[in-house]
Amino acid sequence: MGSYVPNTDREQQAMLKEAGYKSFDDMFSCIPDEVKLKKPLNLPSGLSEMEVIRKMEELSEKNVTYKHIFRGAGAYNHYIPAIVKSVTAKEEFVTTYTPYQAEISQGVLQSIFEYQTMMCELTGMDVANASHYDGGTAAAESIPMCQDRKHKTAYVSSTTHPATIQVMKTYCFGSNTKLVEVPEKDGLTDKEALKRMLSEDPEAACFYVQQPNFYGNYEDAVEIGEIVHEAGAKYVMGVNPIALAIMKTPAECGADVAVGDGQPLGMPIAYGGPYLGFMAVPKTMMRRLPGRIVGETTDHDGNRAYVLTLQAREQHIRREKASSNICSNQALCALTAAVYMAAMGADGMAEAASQSTSKAHYLKDKLAEAGCKPQFKAEFFNEFVTDCPCGSGALLDALADKGILGGLPITDNAILWCTTEMNTKAEMDQVAAVAAALISGKEA
Amino acid sequence: MDLIFEIGSEGRKLSLLPECDVPKVEVPESLSRKKELHLPQVSENELSRHYSKLAKRSHGVNDGFYPLGSCTMKYNPKVNELAASLNGFTRVHPLQNEKTVQGSMEVIKMTENALSEIAGMDAFTLQPAAGAHGEFTGLLLIKAYHTDRGDTRRTKIIVPDSAHGTNPASAAMCGYDVVSIPSQEDGCVDLEALKAAVGDDTAGLMLTNPNTVGLFDKNILEITRIIHEAGGLCYYDGANLNAVMGIARPGDMGFDTVHFNLHKTFSTPHGGGGPGAGAVGCKGFLTQFLPGHHITGDAETGFHYEVEPKTIGAVKNFHGNFLVIVRALTYILTLGKEGVPEASSNAVLNANYMRVKLADIYDIAYDTTCMHEFVMSLEHLKNKTGVSALDVAKGLLDYGIHPPTMYFPLIVEEALMIEPTETEPKETLDEAIEALRALYQQAQDDPEALHNAPHNTVIGRPDEVGAARNTILRYIWE
Repeated sequence: MGSYVPNTDREQQAMLKEAGYKSFDDMFSCIPDEVKLKKPLNLPSGLSEMEVIRKMEELSEKNVTYKHIFRGAGAYNHYIPAIVKSVTAKEEFVTTYTPYQAEISQGVLQSIFEYQTMMCELTGMDVANASHYDGGTAAAESIPMCQDRKHKTAYVSSTTHPATIQVMKTYCFGSNTKLVEVPEKDGLTDKEALKRMLSEDPEAACFYVQQPNFYGNYEDAVEIGEIVHEAGAKYVMGVNPIALAIMKTPAECGADVAVGDGQPLGMPIAYGGPYLGFMAVPKTMMRRLPGRIVGETTDHDGNRAYVLTLQAREQHIRREKASSNICSNQALCALTAAVYMAAMGADGMAEAASQSTSKAHYLKDKLAEAGCKPQFKAEFFNEFVTDCPCGSGALLDALADKGILGGLPITDNAILWCTTEMNTKAEMDQVAAVAAALISGKEA
Repeated sequence: MDLIFEIGSEGRKLSLLPECDVPKVEVPESLSRKKELHLPQVSENELSRHYSKLAKRSHGVNDGFYPLGSCTMKYNPKVNELAASLNGFTRVHPLQNEKTVQGSMEVIKMTENALSEIAGMDAFTLQPAAGAHGEFTGLLLIKAYHTDRGDTRRTKIIVPDSAHGTNPASAAMCGYDVVSIPSQEDGCVDLEALKAAVGDDTAGLMLTNPNTVGLFDKNILEITRIIHEAGGLCYYDGANLNAVMGIARPGDMGFDTVHFNLHKTFSTPHGGGGPGAGAVGCKGFLTQFLPGHHITGDAETGFHYEVEPKTIGAVKNFHGNFLVIVRALTYILTLGKEGVPEASSNAVLNANYMRVKLADIYDIAYDTTCMHEFVMSLEHLKNKTGVSALDVAKGLLDYGIHPPTMYFPLIVEEALMIEPTETEPKETLDEAIEALRALYQQAQDDPEALHNAPHNTVIGRPDEVGAARNTILRYIWE
């Protein structure tokens, strides 16, 4: 069996004796007999390192990995610079706990302060927290930030990722909050419906819109913000961090809270996690933020120093009155995002964003020529929906045969496509050719 | 040291992306970013060295003893990292067809099965991302259970005053009123206080056993019986599971739902605050409420996604912190049925060894056999010498030892909570014992030096009050 216990049996026996016990059983006599487990655990016997890594390799090989990926929908296959893994594998970062002891945690604290700065820059906001679990939970936890005694109801656009809406619903079941979906029209939030629904509800607390939305379309985020504020509610935007390099910031759109998933910033798609939830707000909202926040201060000699701050919001101080129950977050993912952004720089991020959207426009045209007509007319970032006259399943199977993961089938005859800087013109031409062959074959 | 924004110069960059091979499309003017984006402008060498410097100003388990009570800072095995970096795991999209992710589904199923066995539960969900997230999930299961039965009077969750702060905070997020009951001196539940608190408005109880003083609550069966007889359910906070794996099981203690911190007990690294994983288990009658995709089937016939009929929905996008789960499974497979209880036995032995070797000078909050951790009260030391728990903790920094958890549990004055874990050799424990004894002596001889500790770290004690009053939460470009 494998073991990470350094002390040998002989040493353990000697320690037991020194601590005043005859045996392990004697030591565990503090546990009443009736709750003790009387039989061995029904688990396999332990393995050597060589056996265990072989087993894990076998399991990993049961997954199908694709050379070319055209699926996004919340998990984006962007290029990850080599430096990212090299930095985030450093054991000082990997094996440390939440930086409670500032004197020996200045490295971690400074890296979070730098991350907070970069997220503020991306979103245009004043204050960012040290991270949340993912985009879905960040969206869900934005709701209580916007609620007060008079403002209770939460609104979400139907153009939001269904998984995010599901998480929001689950959190609202917990907090006894009414969550209302605002309908969509032509792949965008129905602004007239939004205006009507909010104006009829004096208790409206907030409206959440995803930008670009689930279909990849750009919402009219400025006008939506005006509608929301006119109704006296708070405006929450869920944003794609890569798009923010070239897209209007949540601050420029008038948002009160900006949240999103930081996965595109250097994290592998990895079957859905770990990813990174980010949250940023104007200074007026900072005391409502959940989670850790790092601030700058000095030590008694006047040296610049970083500490966890504004902790009076948090569960270990405030208990049931805390802004959230969050304790562990996604710190190493926040470090990943910071290294990614530092490596890419503003120009590099703008280039990744520009290539992602340029390639999406190219693929959309190619697919349209092949017979997969776009479903919406709206401007879009790097995702778009097309019809699929040959059936979504048939096209995706044909692509899979060529080592290509096609877009996400959202109905039997519609696919949500995604491109990033990773997709080449040759790959996209191949996708279009496969679609054309299948569709013309069917028609013929 | 400089911030990353203070090094480099305009125009410096890495060469990462090729030229775009399709015609460039501009974002329409009405949608485009107007505000200049400030990000670092550095070469790869500068970037790499910056983070090497930051790493040197950080202290992880790899850098030395880390007896941070309640956090189970055990060694993070390297083979776990290797497994989590396998291409077959990192390059899989969460929304792939289930036929193409059988390996990931098997990882989840194997982990759920192993955790169910260790917990004495019938099913698990691995969707929650952290311990507190697991508490939230478990409480939603309890809420869904009562709601489903039409039992809407149950609005209260009972939490002992010795509990972790996340417990009452999670209960509040689930819309519950928190009833805080006093603990006995030893942190155990006061049965009379519990009996007085329960009623037909009791939704449930949140408890950790061993408790936060490090003792196993002997009355556990009586406690869970009182809650069940009142119609409530029992939630087990698995923060202290490292004491009892393979020794005693929450399910056999009468708990209905439980969370385990895979980043504590199952050796996955804490990463400076996360990511972790807060796996949630439950008894059979609660499985119908579990969130996310439940995986059915086996390796022979294939695995399938199913959604439970009365699911609470989803507590997170996709399938949880998957690569954390891969690490935890690697650990469980390594230890196996022999190694899992061996880990707990030695965690408890190491704690008792340290306790006994310190008890002659430090006041142990309740000096009897502890489980995987014990709490010292420095109240007397402080009264006598003026040296506080904080001072001793800061003094440990100069010995290269991460301090114990300070000022927790709240029911112990001037508390230091020590959790050595099973992965420390006897010599490390002896060194820490010597350091704590030396600090005790120093408190008598030179208290002033301890008030000013640490002396050998890159900064001295920071001004935390100033940080909260005059908030600087980001770098500003001029």
